[in-house]
Amino acid sequence: MRKLNRSVVVAMAAVTITAVTACSPPEKKSEATTDGAVSAATAASAQDLGGMDALVAAAKKEGALNVIALPPTWANYGEIIKAFGDKYGIKVNSAQPDGSSQDEINAADQLKGQDTAPDVFDLGGSVATANTAKFAPYKVATWSDIADGQKEATGLYVNDYGGYMSIGYDSAKVPAPAAVADLLKPEYKGKVALNGDPTQAGSAFGAVQAVSIAQGGTVDDITKALDFFGQLKKAGNFLPVDPTDATIQSGQTPVVFDWDYLNAAQTAKVPTWKVVVPANAVLGSYYNQAISKGAPHPAAARLWEEFLYSDEGQNLWLKGGARPVRADAMTKAGTIDKTAFAALPAVSGTPVFPTEEQTKKAKDQLAASWAKTVG
Amino acid sequence: MAEIAEAAPQRVAARPRLRGAASLLGTVPFFAYVTIFLIIPTLVVAIGAFTGDGGHGFTLDNVRALADEYIIAAFGRSVLLSALSALFGAVFGGLLAYAVSTAKPGGLLRRVVTALSGVLAQFGGVTLAFAFLATIGLSGFVTVWLQDHTGFYIFENGVWLFELPGLVLIYTYFQIPLMVIVFLPALDGIRPQWREATENLGGTTWQYWTRVAGPLLAPAFLGSALLLFANAFSAYATAAALVSQGSPIIPLQIRGALTSEVVLGQANLGKAMALGMVVVVAIVMTLYSLLQKRTSKWLG
Repeated sequence: MRKLNRSVVVAMAAVTITAVTACSPPEKKSEATTDGAVSAATAASAQDLGGMDALVAAAKKEGALNVIALPPTWANYGEIIKAFGDKYGIKVNSAQPDGSSQDEINAADQLKGQDTAPDVFDLGGSVATANTAKFAPYKVATWSDIADGQKEATGLYVNDYGGYMSIGYDSAKVPAPAAVADLLKPEYKGKVALNGDPTQAGSAFGAVQAVSIAQGGTVDDITKALDFFGQLKKAGNFLPVDPTDATIQSGQTPVVFDWDYLNAAQTAKVPTWKVVVPANAVLGSYYNQAISKGAPHPAAARLWEEFLYSDEGQNLWLKGGARPVRADAMTKAGTIDKTAFAALPAVSGTPVFPTEEQTKKAKDQLAASWAKTVG
Repeated sequence: MAEIAEAAPQRVAARPRLRGAASLLGTVPFFAYVTIFLIIPTLVVAIGAFTGDGGHGFTLDNVRALADEYIIAAFGRSVLLSALSALFGAVFGGLLAYAVSTAKPGGLLRRVVTALSGVLAQFGGVTLAFAFLATIGLSGFVTVWLQDHTGFYIFENGVWLFELPGLVLIYTYFQIPLMVIVFLPALDGIRPQWREATENLGGTTWQYWTRVAGPLLAPAFLGSALLLFANAFSAYATAAALVSQGSPIIPLQIRGALTSEVVLGQANLGKAMALGMVVVVAIVMTLYSLLQKRTSKWLG
């Protein structure tokens, strides 16, 4: 082969590299077609736009909404997305339904300035508090119904729905666990699963905290929970499989720790599926809504929030077994869906809502020792 | 050895010569591709590994954190998994490749095995994980059949399929065909004349393998095994689809660092782990290329 002149090749390579790096996508200019579209991006309430009708009009003009990490069977999101789309004639693009809260933020960072970037987020507490710089403040019409402790004062993020950690089990395959400690019995060999890895998924992390309370520990010192999972693993009962609708229906994961609204959603497909909230170990957690600062559809994003916090949206979450944040106010007003409310799993004992600090302590413990515990 | 091997007659095609820079235009797509898919990601990883959380400031914290017990353990398991699956793959794949090389050239056996190997060596990720789940998973048909007909339950002693033993088994599944593909050319390079010469000089089969073919094939064999090691070390999708707890191996730890919604601000620690992987693979590939050099001396 004829030797190429090396310096020429290097020069070619350099030119190519510069050309490629220069080809990064250009910043998208916001297409200010109307004044509405521009002010929608900064509107902190429907009033700022001139009322709800103006917001609906602006959202319809945009015609689309990008949501992310909303599984159809999670808190009834499938029906919520459909109801919103039908009501306003807005096309909802649902991306990465199985993503985590962190995936939502990553997507917003990576797709910045593009039409496919997410408009709204549904986030776990830690991810929400860590990323406030990426949110646009917004107060929905029903803002006053939400307790102060459940919203960021300017509306950067607001609790939307919550639930309690529960044990879902297939009564056709396993006996009913009366307490968390029962799961160590031989009847549960190779049958107990967490929804994800607790060092990565909020729901699995909640399970560890709930087990800690049940075993006589606290939500910030989870040593007892780690001991429990270590024993569960030793007994051969711990199942390192990620439960999905498919694994639950096929009987691969007969016992699943998960939020009660997620476990409750399974009963529709598996009639023998039962949900219990462990007695006196009630761990609660709320998710949060936030609007992306760089939302490509700012008006639709705000209309989505209005819909979620309206009686209709709140009742749709309730129908999915989740406890909507306005439940108390709606019970007083008599607008709550009573049948769905009565169908929620019974709870005994006081629910514990861990603070950021308690959770942080537990996380540090977990990160260092989870792999060892189940490895 | 090179003197012994007869060089095949070289056919030199006369080509019109392009002048200067014009002839280099052909290299542009290659450099563009390598830049986008290799150089830029590598730079992102290398820079990120030394950047503080929040994307500013030089720090050694991420690289220091690699000494954490759980990361060291994950690296250890990654190396163990890669080494075991490379060993099994190299041994079984080597034997299979030898069987194929002694078959009739252009025969049915050879054509079937090489075609199958070509497909199966690339058969990884979610599909492969699912194939194993459907056959020997908890409610896989082999598992259930065995339990019903022999009373033997393969998960009697724990759910090993979702742990390291399961990964070794599944990785070996794609390592064997890869070994066939990369090792067959070396076996084909062994000339029957050498064996005849050994026998003419009174050598036994044992001597032929230990004195002639063995030393010739050793670099190729070890090189292939190293390639298998690197292949397993960097595999991600299969393990990700199968193992959801404890992130036993490094690629899964990196996933956790990048997507965790529980422990935040670890993206650059993930990059530091990736840099660690780059270093391991670089060492392995350097050894591989050295061994390739030795092999190519006689592989005409």
